Amino acid sequence: MHFLTVSGPPSSGKTSVILRVIEALQAKQQKIGVVKYDCLMTEDDLRYAKKGVLVKKGLSGSQCPDHYFVSNIEACVKWGVENDCDFLISESAGLCNRCSPHIKDITAVCVIDNLSGINTPRKIGPMLKSADIVVITKGDIVSQAEREVFASRVKQVNPGAVIMNINGITGQGAFELTTLFEEASDIETLKGMRLRFSMPSALCSYCLGETRIGDEYQTGNVRKMES
Amino acid sequence: MNYQDLLLQPLKQLLADYPWLEDFFSSFGLQLPVTEQPLHQYLDRLDPDQLLDLGISQEQLQQSLHDFMAGMLALDEAAEKVESLTIIGGFDKTGTAEQLELTLRPGEVICIVGPTGSGKSRLLADIEWVAQGDTPTRRKILINNSVPDNKWRFSTEHKLVAQLSQNMNFVMDLTAEEFVRMHAESRLVPDPEEKVVRILEQANQLAGEQFKPDTPVTSLSGGQSRALMIADMAILSKSPIVLIDEIENAGIDRKKALELLVKQEKIILMATHDPILALMGDKRLVIKNGGIAKIIASSDAERKNLSRLEELDNTLLALRNRIRFGETLEEL
Repeated sequence: MHFLTVSGPPSSGKTSVILRVIEALQAKQQKIGVVKYDCLMTEDDLRYAKKGVLVKKGLSGSQCPDHYFVSNIEACVKWGVENDCDFLISESAGLCNRCSPHIKDITAVCVIDNLSGINTPRKIGPMLKSADIVVITKGDIVSQAEREVFASRVKQVNPGAVIMNINGITGQGAFELTTLFEEASDIETLKGMRLRFSMPSALCSYCLGETRIGDEYQTGNVRKMES
Repeated sequence: MNYQDLLLQPLKQLLADYPWLEDFFSSFGLQLPVTEQPLHQYLDRLDPDQLLDLGISQEQLQQSLHDFMAGMLALDEAAEKVESLTIIGGFDKTGTAEQLELTLRPGEVICIVGPTGSGKSRLLADIEWVAQGDTPTRRKILINNSVPDNKWRFSTEHKLVAQLSQNMNFVMDLTAEEFVRMHAESRLVPDPEEKVVRILEQANQLAGEQFKPDTPVTSLSGGQSRALMIADMAILSKSPIVLIDEIENAGIDRKKALELLVKQEKIILMATHDPILALMGDKRLVIKNGGIAKIIASSDAERKNLSRLEELDNTLLALRNRIRFGETLEEL
């Protein structure tokens, strides 16, 4: 089973891009599964189901979303294999810009959009910087030159990645992206694999439900701003 | 210079030779000290905790630096010269063969006509992707009579095709001059300042209404933005093929715009229904049902009509200007 992790800031167009790629894969009689990770709610599972895709939804709720991801992804891969999927795509939003669901030796895709601002590529951490493929969306809204400047900023922080412009609405570029999906890592299990980068460390009193503000309530891994 | 040699160079020297290294490190939140310390030593001595805070590992930073240098040094290499582009027909949506082999050369202008949804964008996309029978139309594209290297598909440095799309919006909060400078710098062109001046000057010659270097790009009119993008492409782009998705009529000298691009010895493919632009092309590809249904070479009779069309266009333009300056059109 080909497995890929797709991540990107909220509303960057991840689901639209994945749906376009899925259409092209389905035309080749491929069976697709998608795992959608989100925090509070998502209706994207309905969009996938409508396309006849096998879909699993995971809401992290009060837990750190990327911790939730890593605690569940192995079982999801097992689920994809058991259901004879040809492709399994995991979709998650990178919420704090310091996390990343990318796994070593598993094709990693990051989706960001042209409207997010010229400094955004610098502000996103391992999710963008360690991705194998960077998909830039919403290029139809800006000029050619602005698209190029944005792409060069992405290239600066992730020079090794394949950078592609995709229009999630018309699907322009999706066919070309599909050829890269077909080259994605072929696996049976994630057992023994590692994340590409560590998650931010935490475990302080607030992780455990503390809500009061004040030095006396702060225990565990606490860091203070330099004064 | 190769990467290994680079690692042995003192930082001071590197920053002088490759000023963009500073920008590379600052994009990761690091500042290179201007010292005699060799680069490898600086990298090796970076604090792992600091790197963890910045969201990158020592290994990834080194890999990125390596890839970035390779890309930047490749920019200096002369791009492969494109003498010809050949489109070998595939199939339309009903599976009918296109049965054509069309070779285009630098300086030629080819127009693409056909109703919305007929497949114009797919043709432009096939060329950009250098299709090899592996797209839905199964067309093949040859460069200089042979199958080009796969690197054209994914390279951001050596793009075969520059595309000027319909949308000319800007979202960046920059002045026209700052924007063009940023674009020039990202392409590592020699003497970016001179290019910036030329682009702004050229754009103002194309635009009906003048704008200043300190005009924010977000407040340029449609015509001004279009003029800026065309001048920018003509002067900055190294791509040998230009795809244009309509040069709209609004406030820009279309003829001059096209001449500017042709002068750069590029192959120009332009989707347009504008009769003036269509007749300025050497050929017109008629797209129907996803396929190239017909190729029309502009005839002499058509070309003769071009001057009449231009007169009509100038008449309309004069009327537009009268409206702009508050006159009435009671008499034409």
